[in-house]
Amino acid sequence: MSGLTRQGYAWVFGGGIDTDVLAPGVYMKGSIEEMAKHCLEAVDPTFAPNVAPGDVVVGGDAFGMGSSREQAVMVLNVLQVGAVIARSFARIFYRNAMNLALPALICPEADTIQAGDQLVVDPGAGTVTNTTQDRTLACDPIPPHLMAMIEDGGLLPHLKKRLHSEAA
Amino acid sequence: MAMTLAEKICAHAAGQAQVTSGEIVTARVDLAMIHDSGGPRRVKPMLEELGVGVWDPSKVVLISDHYVPAVDAESAAILDLTRKWAAANDIDNFHDMQGICHVVLPERGHLRPGMFVAGGDSHSTTGGAFGCFMIGIGATEMAGVLASGEIWARVPPTIRLEWNGMLGLGVVAKDMMLAMCGRLGMAMGNYKAIEFCGSTVDGLSMTERMVMSNMAAELGGKVGLIAPDQTTVDHITAAGGDAGEWQQWVSDPDAEVEAHHVFDADGLAPHVAAPHSPENSAPVTETERARIDQAYIGACTGAKLSDLHMAAEVLRGRKVAKGVRLLIAPASTRVTATAAADGTLAILGEAGGIVMPSGCGACAGYGAGVLAEGEVCISSTARNFKGRMGHAESQVYLASPYTVAAAAVTGEITDPREFLMEQAA
Ligand code: SF4
Repeated sequence: MSGLTRQGYAWVFGGGIDTDVLAPGVYMKGSIEEMAKHCLEAVDPTFAPNVAPGDVVVGGDAFGMGSSREQAVMVLNVLQVGAVIARSFARIFYRNAMNLALPALICPEADTIQAGDQLVVDPGAGTVTNTTQDRTLACDPIPPHLMAMIEDGGLLPHLKKRLHSEAA
Repeated sequence: MAMTLAEKICAHAAGQAQVTSGEIVTARVDLAMIHDSGGPRRVKPMLEELGVGVWDPSKVVLISDHYVPAVDAESAAILDLTRKWAAANDIDNFHDMQGICHVVLPERGHLRPGMFVAGGDSHSTTGGAFGCFMIGIGATEMAGVLASGEIWARVPPTIRLEWNGMLGLGVVAKDMMLAMCGRLGMAMGNYKAIEFCGSTVDGLSMTERMVMSNMAAELGGKVGLIAPDQTTVDHITAAGGDAGEWQQWVSDPDAEVEAHHVFDADGLAPHVAAPHSPENSAPVTETERARIDQAYIGACTGAKLSDLHMAAEVLRGRKVAKGVRLLIAPASTRVTATAAADGTLAILGEAGGIVMPSGCGACAGYGAGVLAEGEVCISSTARNFKGRMGHAESQVYLASPYTVAAAAVTGEITDPREFLMEQAA
């Protein structure tokens, strides 16, 4: 287990999760904390009030499709979501997640996860252990240069480290 | 070795003679485009945190469009911050309240075929219509680009989408795109370069090609390329830009592509995408004649001059149905000026349409014209995700400006050819 291992309950959303339901545009001018209260409410109003730190969001194909708005990742970080697992991610969402150090794991078997299952997610190893179902799901490994960035806490801390080491 | 257009631009930006798809390269960015929503208000604190300024202010274009004009204290503060940041960072290419970024960028001659462009917006694929490898990125990533002038990218494999044949009366690029969203799905192009080609695409005007590249985002594409030709060059020259050595920016005929789909424009019907996804699309002839509350001609996708002309063709001498509101937000101030001069705005106004400021407006629920609970809208924009244009329980249908205007007249979803044929007859 690496230091980035997360543990929590699964919130299962399936396919069709776009950035407008993650981060609704009508709340875009307000604070990120306020917007987080409305995260995913168009598909499940019980999610934002009840999600616990470390819980895992599980999606289907092209999770996070749509806008480039980074708030779609930031609200999940505000809600202290431990990781997002999906069969596939929309390109910009995936990059935004890595840049903001939210582990996003591509898991071809994501559909086997049921709502409320207890999961242990190890981004470094690329595994999701479903303790409720007693099985381990393999995920695509996160490329090493992205893993290094997540370990630094995201792109900004990573760049800062680089800029400072270049200056030194 | 033969390369696709996407590979050629990536190789050039990476300073390499050759790249292959799948390879991760570090690309030098020729241009960075940011707007008021994802731009200064997000990147300013990040650049301060990094302790660096903009790598090259002459290569940054800043456009205010999402919150214009300010409607409350919050949007006014965002715009104020945007203006102050532009001044403090010597951003000469700051187009303040001149229209929507994807339309203003080429309108002011900023795009040249072969450029590698980072755009702080998902519809940055629009730049592909000018032969630019223009990708959408998030704000943190943009802070990295502004600090360094570089970005890492995985060279994408290409999916070629070829259209041949003649589009019929009242059928336009928007219908081609909605038809493809329905047939191929929104995840089809994820992590791929989409390249549009074929005789139908060759015959499209630049503004219509921009619809194709714009909605490459709805096919999931990283970029939505169209190889430059004389149409491209003429458009760029007229905008005061420089097309450069444009002939080189084409895919080699024997370059390897991941997939190649061929479509027939002959017989294509106007298409409508039902709530809540562009891929829920079907010919208008097979779509339920749902009642509408609002018709919206707006956005980078559907409010350029050609789009306003389409709406006017249907609305000339007709009236918007009772109980329906027609909102028109021209994509730029230049579009508004031209449409005023050529009489288009008068036609739209006489029909009962309301002309609004140039900006993103209701498209993403940021500005004026949003929907109440239970309301139904037909829109010339690109996305109809749940809650995007206002209340989470509102409904949005997507269609071409022709079809939107036809629905405004009847108050329900209508085949625009019913009106256009009357005129032709
Ligand atoms: S008009 Fe709509 S799609 Fe275009 S940039 Fe603005 S919000 Fe995005």
